[in-house]
Amino acid sequence: MARLTPSESEAPWSFEPVAGWGRHPVEVGRVERPEHLALPAGAEPLVPRGLGRAYGDAALPSAPGGCVLESTRADRIREFDPVTGQLRCEAGLSLAEILRVFVPRGWFPPVTPGTKFVTVGACVACDVHGKNHHRDGSFGGFVDRLRLLTADGRLVDCGPGRERELFLATVGGMGLTGLIVEVTLRLRRVETPWIVLETQGVAGLEAMLEGLRLSAAHWPYTVGWIDCLAQGSDVGRGILMRGRHATQVEAGTRRARRGRRIHVPIDAPEWLLNPLFMRWFNRLYAWSHGRTLRRRVVSYDAFFYPLDAISQWNRLYGPRGFLQYQCVVPRTAGPRPVAALLERLAAAGAASFLAVIKDCGPASEAYLSFPLEGTTLALDLPYRGAVTEDLIHELNAIVIDHGGRIYLAKDAVTRAADFARMERRLAQWRAVRDRWDPGHRFRSALSVRLLGDTV
Amino acid sequence: MKVAFVGATRGMGRALARRLAERGDGLFLLGRDSGEMELSARDLEARGAPAPVGQAALDLSRPDGFGAALDAADRALSRIDALVVTGGVFAAQDELATDLSRLGALLHTNFTGTVLICQEAAERLAARGGGLICAFSSVAGDRARRSNYLYGASKAGLSVFLDGLDLAYRDRGVRVLCVKPGFVRTAMTAGLPVPPFAGEPDAVARAVVAAIDAGRHVVYAPSVWRFIMLVIRALPRAVLRRVQL
Repeated sequence: MARLTPSESEAPWSFEPVAGWGRHPVEVGRVERPEHLALPAGAEPLVPRGLGRAYGDAALPSAPGGCVLESTRADRIREFDPVTGQLRCEAGLSLAEILRVFVPRGWFPPVTPGTKFVTVGACVACDVHGKNHHRDGSFGGFVDRLRLLTADGRLVDCGPGRERELFLATVGGMGLTGLIVEVTLRLRRVETPWIVLETQGVAGLEAMLEGLRLSAAHWPYTVGWIDCLAQGSDVGRGILMRGRHATQVEAGTRRARRGRRIHVPIDAPEWLLNPLFMRWFNRLYAWSHGRTLRRRVVSYDAFFYPLDAISQWNRLYGPRGFLQYQCVVPRTAGPRPVAALLERLAAAGAASFLAVIKDCGPASEAYLSFPLEGTTLALDLPYRGAVTEDLIHELNAIVIDHGGRIYLAKDAVTRAADFARMERRLAQWRAVRDRWDPGHRFRSALSVRLLGDTV
Repeated sequence: MKVAFVGATRGMGRALARRLAERGDGLFLLGRDSGEMELSARDLEARGAPAPVGQAALDLSRPDGFGAALDAADRALSRIDALVVTGGVFAAQDELATDLSRLGALLHTNFTGTVLICQEAAERLAARGGGLICAFSSVAGDRARRSNYLYGASKAGLSVFLDGLDLAYRDRGVRVLCVKPGFVRTAMTAGLPVPPFAGEPDAVARAVVAAIDAGRHVVYAPSVWRFIMLVIRALPRAVLRRVQL
């Protein structure tokens, strides 16, 4: 339908509270959701946004009432090549939609984060990684071409072989180099929608890291869950998971059930996820699994997106929200920094319940891409004000000491000086950004906090 | 089905056209913006609609072009068996109340134009043994409210027409589905305050496809709006005079 407005080209908008998935911080934005991505008239700053799954302030406006351009309604497929699997689509298309349309035809996203409710544009802007990073690298490695609307209003195509610097600055560039309007990527052939999953209980951190290392050689997807409440010799206790796409023989005659999504209708009270309850939950979980090796065939949803089954699960952390912390430390530093991080967390009094651990492969050439060869750790921290922020600064100090860095898609509180110490490629990235957007029109709460953009 | 589709490029129409494409239904797009229809045609082909998905110009406010547009759809799909109309216009009450030319255009498009194309298509389909007419009305047509009775009037008329069309043509094999969306988050409603029970376009599309398959003549989407409107219809006039609904 069309809307009769004084000028039909003028996009309607509304002032709304805008937050990341962690629901902290919150800022009022002037949100536009056009069906056709275009830069608003004038030169006011804007921040591109997708489905809002970045946890922190990456897609929040740089100032109260600032423009937020949400891409989710620009979601058309432009072209699909059923021979090569190359897909050209608008930036607002979600992985959920790609899975829904293309899995029945035998194609799968080449890289997927832990939620399918992300737009392709955001996958590029955050250069997301998944359980196959040790083998396949991050999302940007499967992108053949990007079409950007740059600050001066031009449409610019870039890719690994064209406007290469702009491409390397945009992949992982958090939407700060221009508005990604179109993405061309390569999907992966799969035989079935099913995943062969092996899980194994592991006793401690050394065993977990060794398990990940050994599994990496033969399994495309690996990840570990660590019980953060375990202390002493149990530090690092958890469950190792590895998976691969099932063959038709392995999948047999299984048929996909249409999963029902559970809905969290209201904010949970803060006492719900309390340490005592979670300690016993984790113990029970670990105990029920034991040290046995289990093998079964599960749906791709169950394997990649367990939390997507609960819509708005972020409400479980209560009205104050939560922070997610994710860092990576180089393999050359050995297991010590990871142990130090886990010990610091345990000492903080059960601030976090569960951590996800994963070994990463070689870093991407994209300037601000997060993963580097080593170990990454991700965990939720219920937001309790300064205590939580101080804990993150302490964790950051450990990461900096060992040459690691943090994932901007998760971050909400890291200090600019700390980020500069982690990110050695920052100057190169700044130079490219300044060339394409000298006035920093593309600006977010994150770029104000970490990169010194003015409000 | 072989569907002539008015309004497939945007909002609920985009979502419904995709659901039909995924079932392998043949689609032919009718609308004003050929560039937008071209983009949607490629999208629908990639999602499973038999290629090529063609298009022809149609403006719901210009009934003299309806015959030629339906002819083009008939030629491209070797005779359509369904017409879907999601296209229409919307404007806020205060914008319409003082601008009679805009009000006239809205009434002309949402009522006159939509009625005429559905009537013409119903005759065509009946002559060839039957088919489906599916048009988007609105819950706003179920009872007048002071906040949107002008838009509501165009939809009330359309609802009555579709109701009658179903009665008149079902014997001749033409089924008619009147879709009554409640508040749905689309570009059309962007900027409006979002009430409780707001829906998403794809959920509406799924409900419409289910209603088509079940042969129903009216569907509320999201379905909770059937009960909301039941309550609103039952409100005494004295109450409606007092509340700002």
